Amino acid sequence: MPIAHLLKPGQKVRVKLDWPETRGPCHIRTPHYLRGELGTVIRHLGDYPNPEDLAFARPADLRPLYHVAFDLADVWHEGESKDELLVELYAHWLEPV
Amino acid sequence: MNILETESDRLLTAVRALLTNKGILTQEEISERIAVTDKGSPAQGARMVARAWTDPAYRARMLADGAQAAEEMGIMMRGLPPLGVLENTAEVHNLVVCTLCSCYPRGVLGYPPFWFKSAAYRARAVRDPRGLVGEWGTVIPDNVKLRVVDSTADYRWMVLPERPAGTEGWSAEQLAAIVREGDMIGVTTPRVPA
Repeated sequence: MPIAHLLKPGQKVRVKLDWPETRGPCHIRTPHYLRGELGTVIRHLGDYPNPEDLAFARPADLRPLYHVAFDLADVWHEGESKDELLVELYAHWLEPV
Repeated sequence: MNILETESDRLLTAVRALLTNKGILTQEEISERIAVTDKGSPAQGARMVARAWTDPAYRARMLADGAQAAEEMGIMMRGLPPLGVLENTAEVHNLVVCTLCSCYPRGVLGYPPFWFKSAAYRARAVRDPRGLVGEWGTVIPDNVKLRVVDSTADYRWMVLPERPAGTEGWSAEQLAAIVREGDMIGVTTPRVPA
């Protein structure tokens, strides 16, 4: 499957509000606290084998990995908007907004 | 025999024998990897920081590709994940955490300090980072953005701290001596000893 680099720096994205861990054994590199949150793509970090397959020794295709920034105050609904979170997330967890 | 209850030395011996007997790795490759792991220490990262403070061209290369910059200093990065370098400036202070587990730039900083893997550090870093670094006595000024870098996937991250005032004219060796592990994680900032 060709890799589509659809997300550009500055693109607003929402992290999928999904909980695969409720459906059975899995290995997820997307932290709980960011599921469903709005962020901004900062840059493409490269393409890496999908860890969700790699962890189970299944064939793993390459997935684009992005650095995505989140407003700390938005994520926790507390504090002032001056600090941020910068997190590595795979393309298949990000939905353009 | 239950693998979880096996004495670790015996388990290690058995795994090493399996790796070599099955032709997955040679004894030499295992020894080389152990030597590389043993060499990883905050002193390695400190040498990179000190050079970045004294050599602008190196600083630019380090920010572009941390692993290549480490190799340039004789630090073996082969087989390790890519290394990203986060530059502290007058506007931004970086703090590194891995909320999922214990991702850490071991090639350049060695084993993580015990608290790096604690649930308390991981939870507070992403929710109350200013309060957290305050435990080390670190105060990030209000006009500086604190950027918490959650190391969740394929990269490892180290912080390139700002060179402290009062170190003008110092050699790279003198500078490296004041760069601490915490400075490269972002919980502290380099200080000139009184």
